[in-house]
Amino acid sequence: MKDKVKCKRKLKDFILKLCMYLSATIIVIFLVGLIGYILYRGLGNISFKLISTKPSLVRETIGILPNILNTLYIVIMTLLVVLPIGVGAAVYLNEYAKNKKLVRAIEVATETLAGIPSIIYGLVGMLIFVQFFSLGTSLVAGALTLVIMTLPTIIRTVQESLKTVPDSYREGSLALGSGKWRMIRTVVLPSSIDGIVTGCILSIGRIVGESAALLFTAGMANELIGILNAPMPNQAGSTLTVALYMYAKERGEFDIAFAIAAILLILTFVINMAAKITAKFLKKEEQK
Amino acid sequence: MRKSRLKVIEKLMNTFFVVCGIAALAFVIIITAFLLVSGIPAIKEIGFVKFICGEAWKPTAAEPMYGILPFISTSVFGTLGAIIIGVPIGVLSAIYIAKAAPKKCGTALKSAVELLAGIPSVVYGLVGMIVIVPFVREIFNIPDGANLFSAIIVLSIMILPSVISVSETAIKAVPKEYEEGSLALGATKTETTFKIVVPAAKSGIMTSVVLGIGRAIGEAMAVMMVSGNASNMPKLFGSVRFLTTAVASEMSYSSGLHRDALFSIALVLFIFILIINLILNFGIKEKKR
Repeated sequence: MKDKVKCKRKLKDFILKLCMYLSATIIVIFLVGLIGYILYRGLGNISFKLISTKPSLVRETIGILPNILNTLYIVIMTLLVVLPIGVGAAVYLNEYAKNKKLVRAIEVATETLAGIPSIIYGLVGMLIFVQFFSLGTSLVAGALTLVIMTLPTIIRTVQESLKTVPDSYREGSLALGSGKWRMIRTVVLPSSIDGIVTGCILSIGRIVGESAALLFTAGMANELIGILNAPMPNQAGSTLTVALYMYAKERGEFDIAFAIAAILLILTFVINMAAKITAKFLKKEEQK
Repeated sequence: MRKSRLKVIEKLMNTFFVVCGIAALAFVIIITAFLLVSGIPAIKEIGFVKFICGEAWKPTAAEPMYGILPFISTSVFGTLGAIIIGVPIGVLSAIYIAKAAPKKCGTALKSAVELLAGIPSVVYGLVGMIVIVPFVREIFNIPDGANLFSAIIVLSIMILPSVISVSETAIKAVPKEYEEGSLALGATKTETTFKIVVPAAKSGIMTSVVLGIGRAIGEAMAVMMVSGNASNMPKLFGSVRFLTTAVASEMSYSSGLHRDALFSIALVLFIFILIINLILNFGIKEKKR
């Protein structure tokens, strides 16, 4: 009887363990397979010509330089707008707000924004920026849409790091007679630079990977846009992800699609590493 | 003189921060308002019941029909399928990372999961289109592999990162004393993990599942590339269209009532997401003990 119970327990133990290891193995296989396959199909198709030219109908060549530049423009424009708003909101929540109900409402709103799917952002961005503000299908409309989308990321990360700034810093600054803004500018924000940088990197990751929100706001054009024209209305342009979608789904150019996928994968990897390294590096600085 | 200028700056910055703080709230209100204003007219014109429960979506036919039941049920079944496949794998892996893995193995797996989270959805779609769709076609011997089943597979991979990372945090937050007590009573390590730690982390794991549901129901691009995109009632091996893809695939050429109906679909999707958010914010209260 005792042996039977023991046996059963051992068997159960074994099965549960097996399931656990199996799941972990499945994930590793997924990941290795996914990355391996994309790099295998994509790396060979990346050429200097591909990344340094624009598509030409006459010569029947495809280049993704416009898409690379558009991605860059959108990243820069989005960050320029979202950073002040996001950091400001985090500062407000952590330093100024006294009304608990309002804080809770803002936090719920932030979480709601984080949960809204990107296709809805795309649609609302189209309604608000493309039509209501008549910016037309343009990079700037896309960037503004992404501002709303990345706002929660910035607020959350900056708020987290603001919370770690010791109150004694603030008290010291206030005791020396500085006003609240001066205290924030000279003491609080510099000590929470790690959160701001991490928030930036995470947002860049989201922007680079975004496609559904840009399809109807930034458009699908593949023309080269000069840096001065980028923030103008009606300057439509597709980012790398949108270009990937168009090449794969609409035109069946799978080699180009995989080349872009490989580039995106490498970018994702670099962004992940950058986020980790800055977090580590800045934490060390703090401990000194 | 200088003092008054400083005061003005202080006041100005104060207002600036208040405005920024309220921005998130304002954005949510604006988004809701725009969706309501552009979504409700079509529902009114078509009729609420006809719109939600209609089984045919033929916006360009001579006698247009706007029933979105196929999209709603596809979204529900697709999400359900992704949860059924993805959650067990995700939670078990989270348990492995948190409790069973050697330290190096665990960190490696964690970075791998983070990488999975960062990969753009179109890349998942592309691989699904080139690898999973033909694979499904061969295995099940059907004419077209672009169907609900392929979409479920892609979705279940895509929800893994949120399921794993949230569950793992919850499992790691369980106090060590619980485990020690169980181990001292003679339970094995595996028994302790599954009978003590996992139940204690239940609310966190539930949160991860709800997050996964949110992610699956909102995914558009990857699903659009593998699901076939025909507006049929859902069949596991039939070409289907989700709420998200219904909006995305017809937006560019629609007009008139058809276009308004697409906004109504977005409104329905938005309401789904709001419900999920409500559950996250208020339903699972235990996490803030």
